[in-house]
Amino acid sequence: MGRFIIKRLFLMAFMLIGLLAITFVISHIAPTDPAALAAGPDADTEMIERYRLEYGLDQPVYVQFGNYLTRLMNGNWGTSILTTRAVADDLLLYFPNTFELVVFSIGIAILLGIPLGVTAAVLQNTWADHTIRILTVSGVAMPMFWLGLMTQLYFALYLGWFPLGGRMNMMTDPPDPITNLLIVDSILRGEFGTTAEALTHIVLPAVALCFPALASIIRVNRAEMLETLKQDYIINAMAHGISMVRIVSVYALKNAMLPTMAMIGLRFGWMLGGTVLVETVFDWPGIGLYAVQATISSDFEPIMGATIVLGGFFMFTNLIIDLVYAWLDPRIRGQI
Amino acid sequence: MPDKPILSFIDFKLNFDTFDGVYQAIDGISFDLNPGESLGIVGETGCGKSVTAKSIMGLLPSPPAEVAGGGIWFDGRNLLKEKSSTLKSIRGNEISMIFQDPMTYLNPVFTIGKQIVDVILAHQKRGNHGRSLTSKQAFQYGMELLDKVHLPNPRRQMKSYPHELSGGMRQRVLIAMALSGQPKLLIADEPTTALDVTIQAQILELISELREQLNLSVIMITHDLGVVATVCDRVLVMYAGQIVEDASIKQLFNNPSHPYTRGLLQAVPDPAKPNKKLKGIPGALPNLLNPPIGCRFQTRCSSASEKCTRMPALNKIRTNQKVACWNVGTT
Amino acid sequence: MVGSTNQRTNLATVMLIQDSNADHVSESFADRHASTYRTLRLYARTFRRNTSAMFGLAIVVVFLVVAAIGPWIVPFPEDATGAVHLDIKLQPPDSTHWFGTDEVGNDIFTRVVLGTRTTLQIACIVTGVAMLIGVPLGMIAGLVGGWVQEAIMRVTDVFLSVPGLVLAIAIVGALGPGIVNAMLALSLVWWPGYVRLVQAKTLALKNEIYVQAAYSIGASKLRIVFIHILPNCTSPIIVKASMDMGMAILGAASLGFLGLGAQPPFPEWGAMISIARTYLPDWWWYSFFPGLAISLTVLGFNLLGDGLRDILDPKHRD
Repeated sequence: MGRFIIKRLFLMAFMLIGLLAITFVISHIAPTDPAALAAGPDADTEMIERYRLEYGLDQPVYVQFGNYLTRLMNGNWGTSILTTRAVADDLLLYFPNTFELVVFSIGIAILLGIPLGVTAAVLQNTWADHTIRILTVSGVAMPMFWLGLMTQLYFALYLGWFPLGGRMNMMTDPPDPITNLLIVDSILRGEFGTTAEALTHIVLPAVALCFPALASIIRVNRAEMLETLKQDYIINAMAHGISMVRIVSVYALKNAMLPTMAMIGLRFGWMLGGTVLVETVFDWPGIGLYAVQATISSDFEPIMGATIVLGGFFMFTNLIIDLVYAWLDPRIRGQI
Repeated sequence: MPDKPILSFIDFKLNFDTFDGVYQAIDGISFDLNPGESLGIVGETGCGKSVTAKSIMGLLPSPPAEVAGGGIWFDGRNLLKEKSSTLKSIRGNEISMIFQDPMTYLNPVFTIGKQIVDVILAHQKRGNHGRSLTSKQAFQYGMELLDKVHLPNPRRQMKSYPHELSGGMRQRVLIAMALSGQPKLLIADEPTTALDVTIQAQILELISELREQLNLSVIMITHDLGVVATVCDRVLVMYAGQIVEDASIKQLFNNPSHPYTRGLLQAVPDPAKPNKKLKGIPGALPNLLNPPIGCRFQTRCSSASEKCTRMPALNKIRTNQKVACWNVGTT
Repeated sequence: MVGSTNQRTNLATVMLIQDSNADHVSESFADRHASTYRTLRLYARTFRRNTSAMFGLAIVVVFLVVAAIGPWIVPFPEDATGAVHLDIKLQPPDSTHWFGTDEVGNDIFTRVVLGTRTTLQIACIVTGVAMLIGVPLGMIAGLVGGWVQEAIMRVTDVFLSVPGLVLAIAIVGALGPGIVNAMLALSLVWWPGYVRLVQAKTLALKNEIYVQAAYSIGASKLRIVFIHILPNCTSPIIVKASMDMGMAILGAASLGFLGLGAQPPFPEWGAMISIARTYLPDWWWYSFFPGLAISLTVLGFNLLGDGLRDILDPKHRD
């Protein structure tokens, strides 16, 4: 197991370098001069040239890439024109919000998706199955941002159950940071009023964000459950009089969970991509909104920073999912 | 007849209601199985032998399977009329089944031990053995069972996963599971087909040994007449959902009477005459969506005649031998 | 146990054989391609029986027709090119303006209908370019093997490990907003999926006995690619392409919504919603109808893809 983790960590390091190479290449395909970009919008020619020398932009590409890596390692991720602060600081500030949102969202998707998938499989071709199918089919088809707007319209504006957007009310003081995760911190500090407020704020964006992933998880879980329930070992368990509830919830589900895990890993990427949309709709102060605002105002360094953080986060979650997969499947566990 | 039969099929009919029509998988079969007897059911793929076994266990999904008549009596109860909870308590406790491919009948993601313990606990919950085992005792009992089926090092095997075991070992595990509820009847559906020849012999030997030890009745489903000769007292030959011959082992091999039985025997290589040319049976199983009227074997039978368009009954032609053929007994 | 599906398929084949026997008396072309006809007819039969796939096909066909004849059927064609009628701005849906009007008095129905063409164009181009990059790369990786395969697959892995939309935004960020750049960005993040699909399929096909046999009798590599590998890759590629059309529509609309894709007054659904959201909740129809159009088209392509998978990829049949 230890060797497996080390191997995967090496692979992840390689992938991270690949990701940085992509962002590096992207910053070089920009039609604007990178030196001019780095110098900022108000710089004159002389300043741009100074930047070119300072950042080594006159050197060969591989040297530049090396410099780029060193620079990032040292925590120098550039400066945001928009917020006039260091990109690294901005990312540290916004990442916990995005983290909370996606964790909450994938939590909803898994906790709802697996029982619904199992239900649809067990009640195959009944009204329950058909209802769930309509949910899944429309779930993948609806654009996340539109779904967000429509839930805002109905649940926030019409019914008034949830706030319209934002991380919390303007007037509320956030708890003193411990983990920088608002919900966790407010619980740790015992400020449960703030916790409740944070929770009401997170529900709508999390639901809008989780919908496509939820739909995929239900779909895959249903298909895999149906496939598994046809397997010989299920017939054997039935032949021994093991209860149907146990067969479905233990014998079949653990097998069906393997492909479902793979799907969860894949869809987590959708979710991270979706944060740019949902955070824009719900005015959620996370990395997605940060990246979008930076893109609109051609603020280059924050976009790259956000790409690296979201890509790295995706790689990290895939590592975790691989570990869970290995833990679930003894055949893989045996090989590592 | 010395004992009351433990299992009786009385004119049992079963259809599969498919998209294209009604597929008459079993068409009126009747037979008795006596306590302690070992009965073989032979026939080619698709003749209904596995379906017969699975109907005893109530393992056929419905739809498409649909009982179209008759009854299956086990120990004085009609299995087709019992509540599903009663059936559950019969399954594994009184009737157990082992299957063809041991590779696929064990759940790949749980240890052998967990699967055996689960089965043991399920049995004692439903059965009436008057015992109540803790899971620790169930684990102990599981190891005893593995020992009984001659699986080396039971303690270690309990902790291993199915993929770590060979085919023969897995079949032993499945037999151990089948024995855990102390059944009266063991149904073995092609238990050795997927195994190497040497392992086959070991498993058959094990089944014979257990049968004597535990006074089990056995139904052995196979297409291999060699298997039948090793373990069975009596044989049913099935063709296209019907029983065409019901004979003791001795009669079957000495006086095979139905043309289909004779054909089957001629298709078996004889080690004593290695140069003898094997004869197959020409043609294929009839389409059971629309079976031929009368004897179902007539399309492939060399001695078929006018009267074969009427259905022959299963008639006793000698002691321990019944045949369903117009040309047998009269000639 | 009797697999009823299997039974059904076999019977269907039998019936089709009889069918083709009936009409191959005269034609030699039909004769030579009898097996192709049979397969196609079997596909058609399976597809027709699949209600949701037919529904998907119907939606896709309707939107294709709308895209083709849109400019000639819309009631107010000038509304897509920046006309301004401030006197009728933000009117709710009625008999003249079916979907209502927007903030400059343009007919939303007209703009949604004309947006169909934009959307389908973007989706086709994105999927097409992704295929043009991905399929050859995947095939090369699968056939050549060695370090070439390693290189191609590792690059693919890296691309797949970044959330697509984020990468697309980064690319648009570098190139600047606009519909062409948005298409380019989406294409650049879309191809890795095809590489993986085709590479896996090619690897599997390479070991098939008939391909090995072709090698052993000295068939050229090019011939093997075009006769044996490519045709056998088409089914999964078609299925994926159909699904990807839907995803590409969502991707393009998302970029439009963020203001990074098509720019107003160009009629594009995502961009329309981007402006419309500022008019929520009172003028709800403004964002409702373009969103509905997106959902419906994507739904159509997804159902169609599902149906195609059912007939072309029998392993996944229910």
